[in-house]
Amino acid sequence: MRAYLIRRLLLIIPTLLIVTVIVFLSVRFVPGSILDLMVAQMGELSGITDLDIDYLRHILGMDVPMHLQYVRWLGVWPQAIDHATAGGQISGIIQGDFGVSLWNSESVLQQLMQRLPVSLELGAMSLIIAWLIALPIGVFSAIRQDTWGDYAGRTFAIVAISVPAFWLGTMVIVYPSILWGWTPPVVYIPLADNVGENLLQFLLPAAIMGMVISGTTMRMTRTMMLEVLRQDYIRTAWSKGLRERTIIIRHAMKNALIPVITIVGGMIPLLIGGTVIIEQIFTLPGVGRLLFNALTRRDYPVISGINVIIALVVLIMNVVVDLAYGWLDPRIQYR
Amino acid sequence: MAEPITTAPIRSEDVRKRRHWFVDLFTRLWKEKPLATFGGIIVLIMFLTGIFANLLAPYGFNEIILSDRLDAPSGVHWLGADNLGRDLLSRVIFGARISMIVGVAGAGLSVMVNMLIGIPSGFFGGKFDIIMQRFVDAFLCFPPLILYLTIMAILGTGILPVILVLGVSMGIGQSRIVRAAVIGIKENVYVEAARAIGVPTGRTLIKHILPNIMAPILVVFTVGMGRMILAEASLSFLGFGIAPPTPSWGGMLSGTGRTYMLQAPWMVLWPGLALSLVVYGINMLGDGVRDLLDPRLRGGLGRYGAVKRKKPAEVTS
Repeated sequence: MRAYLIRRLLLIIPTLLIVTVIVFLSVRFVPGSILDLMVAQMGELSGITDLDIDYLRHILGMDVPMHLQYVRWLGVWPQAIDHATAGGQISGIIQGDFGVSLWNSESVLQQLMQRLPVSLELGAMSLIIAWLIALPIGVFSAIRQDTWGDYAGRTFAIVAISVPAFWLGTMVIVYPSILWGWTPPVVYIPLADNVGENLLQFLLPAAIMGMVISGTTMRMTRTMMLEVLRQDYIRTAWSKGLRERTIIIRHAMKNALIPVITIVGGMIPLLIGGTVIIEQIFTLPGVGRLLFNALTRRDYPVISGINVIIALVVLIMNVVVDLAYGWLDPRIQYR
Repeated sequence: MAEPITTAPIRSEDVRKRRHWFVDLFTRLWKEKPLATFGGIIVLIMFLTGIFANLLAPYGFNEIILSDRLDAPSGVHWLGADNLGRDLLSRVIFGARISMIVGVAGAGLSVMVNMLIGIPSGFFGGKFDIIMQRFVDAFLCFPPLILYLTIMAILGTGILPVILVLGVSMGIGQSRIVRAAVIGIKENVYVEAARAIGVPTGRTLIKHILPNIMAPILVVFTVGMGRMILAEASLSFLGFGIAPPTPSWGGMLSGTGRTYMLQAPWMVLWPGLALSLVVYGINMLGDGVRDLLDPRLRGGLGRYGAVKRKKPAEVTS
């Protein structure tokens, strides 16, 4: 078990290294024309008109060869002496230094940490709502296989997968407003200020995201339930004369839901992607919105920082989910 | 061997009945999967709408009639008009063309990338496979939408960048499916036989491997088309996909659509409805195709009750 864990964690390192290369190449491969655009955009937004491209290239650390830029950013080579935050020191993403935003000189990591609770809350609530929708319908669909209830459940699952969250979100904002003059709150209420109001504010966006991801979970639940219901121990339970409810809840669901719960690992990327859209529609100040704003302003340190951190989170979550799988299902042995 | 070889005599109608597998697939889809057929019809309608958009649309997609600004749905503008007086029905119809192009071209590209990575990785295995798969691993760490957004922010908007970015990223992400299929096939005796008689590797790949992975590839293509259309719409909605005035369903929901959505809700209602309907159709079709073609990929909609319903006639087929 320990050996397995160590090996899994060690395997993260090469993958993460490739991740940094991909992020570095895609984000730092800034063509000159985009530097011009930045000068224009910065001038427009901040009033600075005579910003020098060479100077910009210099403060971005882009006036040195590509490989040097990479090792500096990674944190295995000293930064340039006159670098604003870490002159002459070895300071990069390995040391947890993701640089500063080009626009407000705030630390990328700090901004991310500020925004993270919002996205985590949204993600967690969406996941809970998705389960609340998916598990009962999925189980019902399986135990009443090939009935009208089953068809309705399956149709709902495909509809949930097909309807885009941004359209559903837009409709939920538009129609209640036109019909009853009700609009969701646009000003973010922090959890610390008012727990009830905060939860209420998150309910609608989380419900939409939850519904969208519930489709996959529902189908998974149904498949697993159907598989388990055909197993011998369930037949034994029937022949013992147990009630249907006992068989479903105590015997079948216990085994069927293990893989369903562990596909959370696969849901994490979907959830993170979903937050970008949902936070945008409901103006929630989360990581998704931070990334979106950084993308529109081409704030490269923020974009690359968020990408690397998200990749790390996804990698770690995959290991955690694999371990949880073994913990929930003792039949699985790690070697 | 004393036992005589018993082969049923080949009758002429049996020979005639052996149709191309593609035709066979459609016949089975029609007979066994009514919901998938329904999905297929939606997709077909969307394709026809896209192809004949010029003939079907009552107005041009960018035809500005200022006097009809924000007109509600009526006899003149069936689905209403937008803030510039452009007919929404026409824009939705032309939007089908954009979605169709992105869906087909993107899914096609993704299948090609999928094969370019999956076939060698699965066929050669060993160190080559290990190294390739680390790259795929790294790619899979990025949530799809975030990956697309980041690359689009660098490449800039437009229909070609969208197709390239979505096609390549999705192809890399799904290359495991083709890889798994190839690994399953290469152990077969006929592949071994080909190697034994000295068939060059390239020829083996094309003649023996490729035809046998057509089933998963068709599934990847169908399902990929829906994802592609949805991803394009999401990107355009966020302003990183296809820029206005090109009528992309996702793009129509952002920008001026959002500005005027409370005055003219039809501006955001119809494009989203069309999008949902088309993606729903593709998903239904994809599910049916997957159930018929690839038992290993079977999702939650498989026929688990097949055993009890199986008639003797079906068993032999």
